[in-house]
Amino acid sequence: MSDTIASTDAAATAGPRKGSLLVLDKRTRKRNAAEARFRLMGQIAVTIGVLALVGLLTSILMNGLSSFRQTYIQVSVYLDPAKLDKNGNRNLEDIAKVTTFGYAPLLKKALADKMAKEGISIEGLSEKDAAALISKEAPADLRRYVLAHPTSIGKTVSFNLLASGRIDGYYKGRVTMESAKLDRNVSPQQLMLADKLKADGVLTTRFNWEFFTAPDASDTRPEAAGLGVAILGSAYMMLVVLVLSLPLGVAASIYLEEFAPQNALTDLIEVNIANLAAVPSIVFGILGLAVFINFAGLPQSAPIVGGLVLTLMTLPTIIIATRAALKAVPPSIRDAALGVGASKMQSVFHHVLPLAMPGILTGTIIGLAQALGETAPLLLIGMVAFVREYPGAPPEGFFDPASALPVQVYNWTQRGDPAFVERASGAIIVLLVFLVLMNLIAIILRRRFERRW
Amino acid sequence: MKFKTLVSVAALAVAGTVVAGAAEARDQIQIAGSSTVLPYASIVAEAFGENFDFPTPVVESGGSGAGRKKLCEGVGENTIDIANSSSRIKQSDIDLCAKNGVTEIQEVRIGYDGIVFASDINGPSFAFTPADWHKALAAKVLVDGKLVDNTYKTWNEVRSDLPNQEILAFVPGTKHGTREVFEEKVIVAGCEEDGTFEAFMAENGGDKKAAKKSCMGLRTDGVSIDIDGDYTETLARVDANKNGFGVFGLSFYQNNTDKLQVATMSGVTPSTETIASGEYPVSRPLYFYVKNAHLDVIPGMQEYIEFFVSDEMAGPDGPLAAYGLVSDPELAKTQEMVKNRTPMGPLK
Repeated sequence: MSDTIASTDAAATAGPRKGSLLVLDKRTRKRNAAEARFRLMGQIAVTIGVLALVGLLTSILMNGLSSFRQTYIQVSVYLDPAKLDKNGNRNLEDIAKVTTFGYAPLLKKALADKMAKEGISIEGLSEKDAAALISKEAPADLRRYVLAHPTSIGKTVSFNLLASGRIDGYYKGRVTMESAKLDRNVSPQQLMLADKLKADGVLTTRFNWEFFTAPDASDTRPEAAGLGVAILGSAYMMLVVLVLSLPLGVAASIYLEEFAPQNALTDLIEVNIANLAAVPSIVFGILGLAVFINFAGLPQSAPIVGGLVLTLMTLPTIIIATRAALKAVPPSIRDAALGVGASKMQSVFHHVLPLAMPGILTGTIIGLAQALGETAPLLLIGMVAFVREYPGAPPEGFFDPASALPVQVYNWTQRGDPAFVERASGAIIVLLVFLVLMNLIAIILRRRFERRW
Repeated sequence: MKFKTLVSVAALAVAGTVVAGAAEARDQIQIAGSSTVLPYASIVAEAFGENFDFPTPVVESGGSGAGRKKLCEGVGENTIDIANSSSRIKQSDIDLCAKNGVTEIQEVRIGYDGIVFASDINGPSFAFTPADWHKALAAKVLVDGKLVDNTYKTWNEVRSDLPNQEILAFVPGTKHGTREVFEEKVIVAGCEEDGTFEAFMAENGGDKKAAKKSCMGLRTDGVSIDIDGDYTETLARVDANKNGFGVFGLSFYQNNTDKLQVATMSGVTPSTETIASGEYPVSRPLYFYVKNAHLDVIPGMQEYIEFFVSDEMAGPDGPLAAYGLVSDPELAKTQEMVKNRTPMGPLK
């Protein structure tokens, strides 16, 4: 600005203005160039950011979208009484003694019969290799079914069973004929058989609901692994976080903002809250281990402990957001309430708090979203674990072991079988969808209820 | 009013937490420890949950040392029941256990794990001896009878009949149990093989321990790279550097045979058979440690342990062997021991 003024002054004192308004002088050109450079840099920064995001999302979607589809094999299994109920008395206790190892031969036979019936024969493919097309989860499915329906023994029942991970990978492009030649877990013959079964409609690929409901599975059966326990565990933790951190955080901020006297003590508390928001989350995990598990004696791997730890982590975020929302309510509202005779508490609870609510809720939801994606503190309280049992219904369920969504991602990326890479990416997609939903709710709340003065 | 309700709900929740926490009894087995044993333990836990009326045990990873330390924290439902470990328990662990009242511990050897050297599937194949690895990676090597800094750049400089490929190795970081075996069975063995050990002995005035330590020193000029993550990270590094060699567990390699090719060691190809027979030199036993005081407290614990070492699971035709565990030839002895709940004696 001063440049312009100086030059106009100079022009004014030096008589008529030199040069033309239409032709830029050197100094103006320089300033314009600087602006253009800055704009370009800004655009480059935005482009890099967008490209990184697009790259990340495409890689996750490319790897993970296939986990929402799964290959199944339709097989009619003869539930052989000679194998499943040797005493022939249909006594449940006796039937339960037959382990999953006893059910595997039934599947082998069922598939061999099917192949014989359809006239499928592949050279160099043993019956054992053919049976390997069916997931190792299948005998457990069969056993569960028989124990639930003991009368079905002796009958032939049609089952829709999971195909093994490598076969599933073949239809998702992860496994090819070339890679199968080198892979000791699958042979080209098995893939040929799978192709024939697919042509006959025995083998189908459809939407994978189990991915959202099934529990985790061991390394030998990636096709059966699901997010059920993790989603439930995360939901329980979020419930604990919400129930504890919202009232605590809002109460603390109202007191600090509206009632507390301004003195050294409250200043100290304010500084500490601001600092707490920046403390690395793993520190809260260590605290949780020491206080909740070792001192209070709460169980390990339980959502309640995870929820408590995440509450500590979320509190500063909520307090800071709530105080900002309270501050944004103009003093005239308070003055008007007090002016018509409301007490201080009435003015806060009847007028200020309702007006600040959209901001508070937005802050809370963003705090929750942050807590949902947190893994580090859970590492220390035993939640990074292989958990297959669903936690019970609340409130008892809060004390049962459970996993969490980000933990499941972390676990799956460490497994040896490449099929788990797909599962991990799928879990990331699920996690991202939850986060986007939560942020969307926060935006909608803000848009609809926020007031501007 | 709303606010008051919220506060009371929160207070109730906190109170409920403490009361219920104290009353709750644990009914599932808690296991923690080695990430090498984790896949095996989760396979067993899964099958156990399917076939028994007990809940599926919870298996945590976190490392052998951390698992043993957790086991030794004390007796009670807030402590774990079983620690998985890819190396043997140490005297310091036993002392810690004794201090915290954990007196009877069972040592259960579940089988053996092979450690393999694998490179990109499309590269040349290698036949190594431990001496090659020592010569390639050690900080100091013997040249013309003198100890000098290692300057080998390609494998054919190490031994003329190896392929002309740049030396690059991704070895497990020092916090891994695998590193210990790698040093012990490959680097030190190679050191003794190529005569460097004697040179170090002479230099250190016959001090065996110091010589061994000198043997283990790896070069720091970027040829040997420590991987602190897990095998998936090693695989990604080999994928990015086609000349690189990765150190893997046998089961991990067997799951990725379409991407990796394995090198032979002293002429033996690693497989569950060659490791069981002892021909393949680089292997180690895997263990889990059981807190005997919990056996009758936590339902299903005795059954789980017996199921783990049963022929159906840990035998040569069981699912653990299929995943890459080398089954223990003395499994029957272990089964007997587990049945009698024989605690381990002092370390030898």
